Amino acid sequence: MPTFVYMTRCDGCGHCVDICPSDIMHIDKTTRRAYNIEPSMCWECYSCVKACPQNAIDVRGYADFAPLGHSVRVDRDEQKGTIAWRIKFRDGTEKNFLSPITTKPWGRDIPQLAEAPGPSQEMRDSQLLYSEPNYLRMDDGDLHTLESNGLTMKKGVYY
Amino acid sequence: MAHKTIVEDGIDILVVGAGLGGTGAAFEARYWGQDKKIVIAEKANIDRSGAVAQGLYAINCYMGTRWGENNPEDHVRYARIDLMGLVREDLLFDMARHVDSTVHQFEEWGLPIMKDPETGQYLREGRWQIMIHGESYKPIVAEAAKKSADEVFNRICVTHLLMDESKENRVAGAVGFNVRTGNYHVFKSKTVICSAGGASNIFKPRSVGEGSGRTWYAPWSSASAYGLLIDAGAKMTQMENRIVLARFKDGYGPVGAYFLHLKTYTQNGVGEEYESKWFPELQKMVGKEYLDPEASHLTHRPIPTCLRNHAMISEMNAGRGPIHMVTMHSFQDPHLEEVGWENFLGMTIGQAVLWASTDVDPKNENPELTTSEPYVMGSHATGSGAWCSGPEDVSPDEYFWGYNRMTTVEGLFGAGDAVGGTPHAFSSGSFTEGRLAAKAACQYIDDGKGEGIVVSEAQIEGRKEEIYKPLEHYRIYRNEIVAGDVNPHYINPKQGLDRLQKLMDEYCGGVTVSYMTNEKLLNIGLKKLKIMEEDLESLAAEDIHELLRAWELKHRHRAAECVTQHTLFRKETRWPGYYYRGDHMKVDDENWHVLTVSRRDPESGKYTMEKAPCYHLVGEGE
Repeated sequence: MPTFVYMTRCDGCGHCVDICPSDIMHIDKTTRRAYNIEPSMCWECYSCVKACPQNAIDVRGYADFAPLGHSVRVDRDEQKGTIAWRIKFRDGTEKNFLSPITTKPWGRDIPQLAEAPGPSQEMRDSQLLYSEPNYLRMDDGDLHTLESNGLTMKKGVYY
Repeated sequence: MAHKTIVEDGIDILVVGAGLGGTGAAFEARYWGQDKKIVIAEKANIDRSGAVAQGLYAINCYMGTRWGENNPEDHVRYARIDLMGLVREDLLFDMARHVDSTVHQFEEWGLPIMKDPETGQYLREGRWQIMIHGESYKPIVAEAAKKSADEVFNRICVTHLLMDESKENRVAGAVGFNVRTGNYHVFKSKTVICSAGGASNIFKPRSVGEGSGRTWYAPWSSASAYGLLIDAGAKMTQMENRIVLARFKDGYGPVGAYFLHLKTYTQNGVGEEYESKWFPELQKMVGKEYLDPEASHLTHRPIPTCLRNHAMISEMNAGRGPIHMVTMHSFQDPHLEEVGWENFLGMTIGQAVLWASTDVDPKNENPELTTSEPYVMGSHATGSGAWCSGPEDVSPDEYFWGYNRMTTVEGLFGAGDAVGGTPHAFSSGSFTEGRLAAKAACQYIDDGKGEGIVVSEAQIEGRKEEIYKPLEHYRIYRNEIVAGDVNPHYINPKQGLDRLQKLMDEYCGGVTVSYMTNEKLLNIGLKKLKIMEEDLESLAAEDIHELLRAWELKHRHRAAECVTQHTLFRKETRWPGYYYRGDHMKVDDENWHVLTVSRRDPESGKYTMEKAPCYHLVGEGE
């Protein structure tokens, strides 16, 4: 059923509704809690699972090929910058994995380009993009061109 | 039904769809247009939208020029052979020469890129791929786009582009509706960068019922890149070049890291290597120029992905399935086992769910592989999309009309899946294409090309009526029946999607016919698509969510029609393993070493097809 929501844990906050890329997490009008309105358009992407502050959302594999009795749980911690996974097999086997999700405090090192020194006319007339040529090779190397690389564009059959 | 009209006027750059292409466009646009008004319209929530919503475990396009690993032209040659010769080499060279600066910025922003502990260089999965911990890849690039944009409109399903009424063939913005409030949104803009998604779900999937959500490409990739562009009259290219993926069965978990990094390999149901035995026969179909296993072995020139698919399909059809990925050796190494699992958890969690539910531990058992249903897109190992101008210093005359990544509609630019002829861009290349389009769009505005745009109330009101028609249609006819979905006056979006998938599958080379089609079948397919277009006028939507599905279906239908037209036009089998023209079973370089270009006349709905020359990058002495 891909994602589903535990009745006793969901408080109807709507974080999952807000984040779902497929627009399938909606609030049920009677219970005022979230549920998956269209399982056949669920990618099991876990965006809602990760976003739920109550850990109320879980996944039960697609019914047409996944037997019951498994679980893949996740804990994404933005403060610590980590994501932890616990996989439980149908036969009870468990596997745990932990990965980083960022190496920097959130958003700190992303430049505000409205405040960056603007491009010169020479740069505008060139083929360079923002941060180039420096970021191309992290040295003084310039942008590759057909000329610099000894290339021409030729019509015909080449392999 | 009263839906509020909300007009956003005076926009310089409107980004439609904020996946990797769109976030790159919005970010970069601010640098070249510091005083310009930059607005994003996104169907979902920019923090988790597009094909990378779930994360990625690898960046598949990185040259590594700083470490002397590859030059841009090396990547062009790789994409050329993988796509059987037919790519836009100007656009590819341009993307490849910039892509490393994109990746270096990602690292600075906090994206965890794995490194070789000895050399300090990015850890390579393969020649072009580097490994990342990319669970938050999308939120990180979204942050960059949000910092640059004046406003991000989340949950706007863009249905149409607006066209200028003072100058023919010039874009004027876009319209759509908010999938939460139902409000009608009008964006008047001097330029539009179309970075919407490619097409999943236009061919019948192997899965049924619930599992049809487990598509390889995201189910929300609704062909809007193509629906919007084709309806605006933009020329399209290589739309026949759909892709079929060899993946872990059912879950469609990726195999790249398994082949390249974990050194796993495939074998048939009786434990034999099978690929090479199909190659002599296949070589007769495609020619030694495209398939030369000996030369590939000596030079590391890859064997085109479609040809390897062909071997797998043929082996299964010969009754020696299933095809297995041999993982049991590699997975005895705990580090490699961890990489194998994290690879899925980072980008295809559904595969981990499947293995957990079926007790498949690749340490103890070799999992099954299969080939997927076809997909139409322009950033993975295939290059469907709009016919776009290249950069001035690279492109020959036929490929250049003033502004990099501009489609054949003035002021309308493309990035990611929307740009045709640029396979193997993947996430980093799509972001880079967005950056290139943004710089060119700013230039276009600074040159005064976006002045004097006129959009009449009639155009705006006409679109509004069209957009909400499925809701109105439902309201009028729903009470004619007692209950349920069977109504003689309408079909709902799900019923329409089923019809589209079935006919594309059977007539345009889907999975149930082993990817086979021919002229007769394609013509029947086109006839059925035309009738379906009439029925789409009778589409009914019960609520705003269904209205979203209705417009996704219309975009998918338009893309499917264009795919079928292109498939009919190209009278050869260029990519065995992706699809077969049964009436022309060979590669025909004499007549078809060309790029196919189509244009649908927005007034008459008629397609014009043409062949465009294929230019190649040639080195000294070649």
